[in-house]
Amino acid sequence: MAEGVLARAAWGLRAYGFIVAMWVRSTMAYRASFAIMLAVSFATTFLDFAAIMIMFSHVEALGGFSLPEVAFLYGTSSVAFGLADLFLGQFERIGGRVRDGTMDLLLMRPVPVLVQVAADRFALRRLGRISQGAMVLTWSLFQLDVDWNVGSALMVLVMIVSGGCIFGCVFVLGGAFQFWAQDASEVQNAFTYGGTTLLQYPPTVFGKDLVRGVTFVVPLAFVNWMPALRLLGRDDPLGLPGWVDFASPAVALLCCVITGLVWRAGLRAYRSTGS
Amino acid sequence: MRLPRLYFAVAGSGFRRYATYRMATAAGVFTNTIFGFILAYTFIALWNERPQLGGYDQSQALTFVWIGQALLASAALMGGGFQDEFQERIRTGDVAIDLYRPIDLQMWWLASDLGRAAFHLVGRGVVPLVVGAFAFELALPGSLLVWALFLLSVFLGVVVSFALRYLFALCGFWLLDASGLGALSMLLSLFFSGMMLPLNVFPGALGEIVRWLPWAATLQVPADVLLGVRQGGAGIAGAFGFQSVWALVLLGCGRLLQKVATRRVVVQGG
Amino acid sequence: MTGEESVDDDGFIDVRELEKVFTVRRRSGFLRRTTSEVRAVDGISFAVPRGEMVGFIGPNGAGKSTTIKMLTGILTPSGGRLRVAGVDPWKERTQLVRRIGVVFGQRTTLWWDLPLRDSYALVKRMYRIPEARYRANLERCVELLELDGLLEVPVRQLSLGQRMRGDITAALLHDPDVLYLDEPTIGLDVISKARVREFLLNLNAEMGTTVLLTTHDLSDIEYLCKRVVVIDHGRLMYDGVLAGLHEVGSSERTLVVDLEREMPPIEGVHGARTVRTEGPRQWLAFPAAASAAPLVSQVAAGYPLVDLSIREPDIEDVIARMYAR
Repeated sequence: MAEGVLARAAWGLRAYGFIVAMWVRSTMAYRASFAIMLAVSFATTFLDFAAIMIMFSHVEALGGFSLPEVAFLYGTSSVAFGLADLFLGQFERIGGRVRDGTMDLLLMRPVPVLVQVAADRFALRRLGRISQGAMVLTWSLFQLDVDWNVGSALMVLVMIVSGGCIFGCVFVLGGAFQFWAQDASEVQNAFTYGGTTLLQYPPTVFGKDLVRGVTFVVPLAFVNWMPALRLLGRDDPLGLPGWVDFASPAVALLCCVITGLVWRAGLRAYRSTGS
Repeated sequence: MRLPRLYFAVAGSGFRRYATYRMATAAGVFTNTIFGFILAYTFIALWNERPQLGGYDQSQALTFVWIGQALLASAALMGGGFQDEFQERIRTGDVAIDLYRPIDLQMWWLASDLGRAAFHLVGRGVVPLVVGAFAFELALPGSLLVWALFLLSVFLGVVVSFALRYLFALCGFWLLDASGLGALSMLLSLFFSGMMLPLNVFPGALGEIVRWLPWAATLQVPADVLLGVRQGGAGIAGAFGFQSVWALVLLGCGRLLQKVATRRVVVQGG
Repeated sequence: MTGEESVDDDGFIDVRELEKVFTVRRRSGFLRRTTSEVRAVDGISFAVPRGEMVGFIGPNGAGKSTTIKMLTGILTPSGGRLRVAGVDPWKERTQLVRRIGVVFGQRTTLWWDLPLRDSYALVKRMYRIPEARYRANLERCVELLELDGLLEVPVRQLSLGQRMRGDITAALLHDPDVLYLDEPTIGLDVISKARVREFLLNLNAEMGTTVLLTTHDLSDIEYLCKRVVVIDHGRLMYDGVLAGLHEVGSSERTLVVDLEREMPPIEGVHGARTVRTEGPRQWLAFPAAASAAPLVSQVAAGYPLVDLSIREPDIEDVIARMYAR
């Protein structure tokens, strides 16, 4: 049984790989457009951080956090979100696929539907956002007054990977939700784009109820807030026990399991209603 | 008088088309409201440190946030509206068919987008503003005249926003894969309209420049009309003048670019 | 029923009392909703032996595509029994998809911006087709469908007919036992149509592929299928030879003539009657079996004829006439 699951996962990843390769080649059919768009995407995502720079041109600290600290939050949130967006960014199109009937085509192929949707319209230009986030993150790492060692470095890495997983789950859940509500793709933006915007700022800025909500209901706080507070030597505004700061991978895993179940239920619902 | 009637009908159908997507409207209202809360908290933190930043007091800053959320869909500050559809018609070449119709392509899309904007103003604008007004102390005017001037300013802002998106969409004639153009137009609009941060907070020369760019006409100017920052005969005339000049200039550019693009279509044979 | 499932050649596709009921919610007040049941497929039974080619027809919204979706495992049936190649499509969809091929006339599965060959390479990897078999199948399709020289051309540069032939090839590379064709000749020119039809006949004869064809073009069915299944309002209306359907429906062809100007309905043409006029255009119905030539010369002799065309009997017309009787 376990072998079957592993084999299926390996097959899914391979299939993902070759569908993505098709999309990359497809994009390269318009090489000039692609080059322009990658440059433009890189240059313009910079504007996103500029708003925060402007804020700090007026103040020394925001919610008690300095610019390098906020940059650290921004960088981790952006890279985690960017990874999820790059690898799984197409789930918001499910409603459209259901409406125009192309969902059926995916169900007629011997590759898991989840994989096909994930690989759909894979766009390398999304690397623009990731590299911009990575640059802000790198800059903050040099500015921060943190005692860097193997442990803390590993923590940043684990944080980004689990953060990417959590955001990825949000994308897939948002997509699965559209099996029931085809026109509701925008709800997902509140959690994806809204989520990454939220996590770019320190938790101290927000009302406690909002922080509680993104800790216990939609566990976005585990993308970067919780582990980052530990790294930056800050207190958690909710006063949760210390081990919570290390819980991100476990939370990510739990998210994946729940997402898998919801996705299956969504697909089953689609197959019974066909609309 | 037949043509204006036609464009009114086009606008009406634009309105009705978006009105049928109830679920999408509800989803959008939800998302606007969430974003409103996120931004409102960051603005509170900022204005706590620096009261009177950019000439706004805290309640004006918060009002700005919720006006932004209310206008986000209507003024298409994140792009969209007719843009995707128009771009798709350019990509597939269907636009060649449109060019043979006895109507003006730009005016036709403008009318349709104005219809959409009117629906989005009501369907997606009112609820976030009301929620914001309940959750925070906002500086909303009591005078009906100010609200009327605000609506007029929103109308001009939508025209400017349309003209900008039309220019971006036309670039699709030259760039075959125009999906990235949408992203570019969205980011420029979010940043330079004031959606991320009011333009009067932008420092120094940058601040001077952004306040004169066309995107300022889409959110910053209508917001300042409602907040009473631009008031009195001269203030209002300045606001409307700024918006109208940009609207005319950009619509003119759109016509020129359309002419060049049309020649291209004819040469390519569709 | 026994637990053992043997693939019975006579019931390769075996449908018994198949049902699909949708629940439709409707807004009936500000917040009130009423739910009602729609029986899209209402107890359909038929069996298709291995290697048969069956025309599957009915008006839009008749339950045709719902049935096909259940046959391909996309939709869950609400009731009845269903087997395709001995497999329950809904429960074993992932197994079944390797054994079926699907072509949608109005929706290409080919990659728009890439050479045709690349789309096939992807199909090969998705279906894990062994190299030798892939090469043999591709060669065969390229030859019979005359795709020679088109493999390196980006799909967006292909004509509609070339694209359709490309799509059919993509659906056959993995040697499916069953092929579902949805409007495979829609929008094609006469030559492409003929080529596609010839190919399908050959495929059926040589490879023994079972084919289920839905179409609005009656001539497709005439050319390809001995047997037709007619579905309407979710029920099986007719299952038998095509000739029988003609008898049931006694179909007519239509001569559409454009005159120089608006005129009273054309009269006195032997063997035809004017069924409709609209400005200078008039429609004359005549029996499907009769020749059109004498009619045309009669009209041309008595009226200022500008242009004319002949409309083949439409599935919808035939079915409509079935009811009229």
